[in-house]
Amino acid sequence: MKRLLSALAVTALTATSALAQTYAVTNGRVVTNTDAGIIEGGTVVIRDGDILAVGANVTVPAGATVIDADGGWVTPGIFAPYTQLGLIEVALESSTNDAGAGDSEYSVALDVADSFNPAGTHIPSTRIEGVTRAALYPSTGFNLFGGHGALVSMSGAADSLFETGSFVYADLSQSGAGTAGGSRSAAWTFLEAAFGDAAGFMGRFSAHHHGDALDRYDAAALVPVVRGQLPLVINVDRAADIRRAIRFRNEHPPVRMIIQGGAEAWMVADELAAAGIPVLIDPIRNLPGSFDSLGSTLAAASRLHDAGVTVAYTTETADGYFNARLLAQHAGNAVAHGVSWDDAFAAITLVPAQIYGVDTRYGALASGYAGDVVVWDGDPLEVMSAPTHVLIDGQETDMESRQTMLRDRYMDITDETPFAYRR
Amino acid sequence: MTSNFLKASVGLAAVLCLAACSDGGSASSGSGGTDTADDGEVVRINLDPYPSTYQPMSSGTTLIQNATIFDGLGGQVDDGDVLIEDGRIAAVGQDLDVPDGATVIDAAGRYVTPGVIDIHSHLGVYPSPGVGAHSDGNEATQPVTAEVWAEHSVWPQDPGFEAALAGGVTTLHVLPGSANLFGGRGVTLRNVSGRTVQEMKFPDAPYTLKMACGENPSRVYGNRGSSPATDMGNMAGYRAAWQRASDYRDDWQEYWDAAEAGEDASPPRRDLELDTMMGVLEGEVLVQMHCYRADQMAQIMDLAREFDYQVTTFHHAVEAYKIPDLLAENGACVAVWADWGGFKMEAYDSIRENLALSHANGACAMIHSDSSGGIQRLNQEIAKALADGRRAGIEISEAEAWTWVANNPATALGIADQTGSLQPGLRGDVVLWSGNPFSVYTRADQVWIDGAMAYNRAEENTQPVRDFMLGQPGEGDQ
Repeated sequence: MKRLLSALAVTALTATSALAQTYAVTNGRVVTNTDAGIIEGGTVVIRDGDILAVGANVTVPAGATVIDADGGWVTPGIFAPYTQLGLIEVALESSTNDAGAGDSEYSVALDVADSFNPAGTHIPSTRIEGVTRAALYPSTGFNLFGGHGALVSMSGAADSLFETGSFVYADLSQSGAGTAGGSRSAAWTFLEAAFGDAAGFMGRFSAHHHGDALDRYDAAALVPVVRGQLPLVINVDRAADIRRAIRFRNEHPPVRMIIQGGAEAWMVADELAAAGIPVLIDPIRNLPGSFDSLGSTLAAASRLHDAGVTVAYTTETADGYFNARLLAQHAGNAVAHGVSWDDAFAAITLVPAQIYGVDTRYGALASGYAGDVVVWDGDPLEVMSAPTHVLIDGQETDMESRQTMLRDRYMDITDETPFAYRR
Repeated sequence: MTSNFLKASVGLAAVLCLAACSDGGSASSGSGGTDTADDGEVVRINLDPYPSTYQPMSSGTTLIQNATIFDGLGGQVDDGDVLIEDGRIAAVGQDLDVPDGATVIDAAGRYVTPGVIDIHSHLGVYPSPGVGAHSDGNEATQPVTAEVWAEHSVWPQDPGFEAALAGGVTTLHVLPGSANLFGGRGVTLRNVSGRTVQEMKFPDAPYTLKMACGENPSRVYGNRGSSPATDMGNMAGYRAAWQRASDYRDDWQEYWDAAEAGEDASPPRRDLELDTMMGVLEGEVLVQMHCYRADQMAQIMDLAREFDYQVTTFHHAVEAYKIPDLLAENGACVAVWADWGGFKMEAYDSIRENLALSHANGACAMIHSDSSGGIQRLNQEIAKALADGRRAGIEISEAEAWTWVANNPATALGIADQTGSLQPGLRGDVVLWSGNPFSVYTRADQVWIDGAMAYNRAEENTQPVRDFMLGQPGEGDQ
């Protein structure tokens, strides 16, 4: 993976004044996601983009811009672990949809970072609902590999990609089986062959471009996965497929694996916990959408947490580009179905950061963490709550989106100013 | 306590059977007859050839005490009681007497509402699992298929029904999809388990006609190189079909006039497609129309004037907030999502305040799901819509917002005299919530349909499990 430090350095040079700003969020119920727990009447001080101090007795530095939380909640920003934000503007308009490339000759090597558009209008509408970080996922195309994923901030800024080449995504579910030729046997055979190509890189490709499953360029892109340098995110739902995935991981050390989908993961919870394989699930997924997911249940999240599986939540049942902003509601429903509030909130903040290996910078409020801070007017998992302030990398972001502009334009239907002149 | 229901508790019989309740002689184009007749008899069209065989489950007398009550009409009773007797709402108030033999439930700290109504569902016609064999919601073979009926596609074993029940849904309206200009008839169901769809059909609920605007029909048929391929093609398609329906109605009327006058007359040839459309022109079949954009809804309202029919409800209507004045003038309701959108151009201008703004500006507005997931949490959907509206400065009470899942969809389905509020005499469709249903943490504890306990969260024996789920990994899980 590539941490884009150079981009940050450029920002530091060009936006020095903004980064030098100091904020103090005061009078909040501060959820730290650390051993400090929840601090009532707490203060969070952010300076030069990072969190400087968190606590009940923190002094507000002179000259700090004070944001009075007014008794509301102050939390780390939400980290949405499975999205296509900035990849899709209008899903059904293919000209605006860069999530997948069914006609490409490449697969593993495809990098969502090249498709990401920080100016997409769904980024502000997601940010103002408290999401500050997201993982970007490619859709699969002509084979079961979607390509490389990346990590982004929701700042909308030119440097909002903060890590590229974060993981490789592959679909080994029913749909992946279809892509591979019609059966799970075909899908796992393809995956084995692809790993063989990557393990045998370069020698296997010295004489020709074609390996057993992948062409040279894609095989090269899979090498870091085979070496355990990048995690392989596998989309599977059926319990038997998850067991097959665990076996694959065990047969291919040092491969790191993340399960996405996981409708029946709760049925394999102990094995997943023992294998240390994290799971991305949508906690509100409870209908048997296919014969892969007959075990879907609203109790899945609590069963996985109880078994000690590392679990982060997604909005898979909705979508990943328009509805990623509803992640807090999905987490709230997990609480309604047996998950502790702390576990559910961590599953949309700190745990995604852990799964992607960035939890020393994101997902908690503590000194040295990035200044991703959200102030809420109530419990962030409640459907009637909303953020009042969103800071990303220590800078306050505006709370406007294309949607709020449309709302403001049509609020007063009796005003005689023609609508197109109202801005 | 605000109380709409005290003044509304009498005179129920006078309340709408909005149009054709399909029995009881209220249908004007000839009810109760058959389409065959002996010589000399006037040929009539049988308007109810697939009648409901719904029978309520057995019920006793239930008194729920000390609850916060939203009555579904905008009223709230604090520390109130609801009495359900003989399958019907018997009384709502404070400190009601305990009838002999009543099951008494202490609901202190909890909330009671009328059962949730979803006016836009595809449960049964696009069931779970989503296999090809059960993909029965769109007869996308030609753009005008007013002759197909959703009830003929409903698979009663869809496990989505019981998931919706756990979310408090007692009545749902199942529609054909939106591939076609005229998609076919919708059907209103009680959310009960049945071996047949007839056992689920809401008795005497009016039929509806699903129509669709915009991108779906023009994409489906345009991609095949046939009409409609454009918005103007859509409009031409509606107009041509309505003209045929209008002529058909004239032919039947001419025949009935002559036959009833004892003249020698031959009935027109039956046309199942035009039967449904004639029902709309007669005001017996309610139009439920998929439409997203403001300008498209305005075109459709002109179309309805041209052919003299009423659009009962625009569904999705993501731009309703732009034209609440036109909607109110035309008496058209809107059934919307709280916050979905973006997935196609006509959904691009979705805003979270759509429901609250449309409501506040005078449109008859309600929530809908169009989703096997969303239908399970319509209380959360209206909570989001309410909160977003309030943040924009629109003052709406929780009790008023509850009309969005209760009396408003009941009215738009022509069943407000039967369900959708807690008026005495109405069906005993009641939800007891674990707390305030505007909270994400609240769940339905118990759900009554026609006074019978259809769902009890605390008792597995009172949680239906469809045939399909027997022996499957998720059997009995919610």
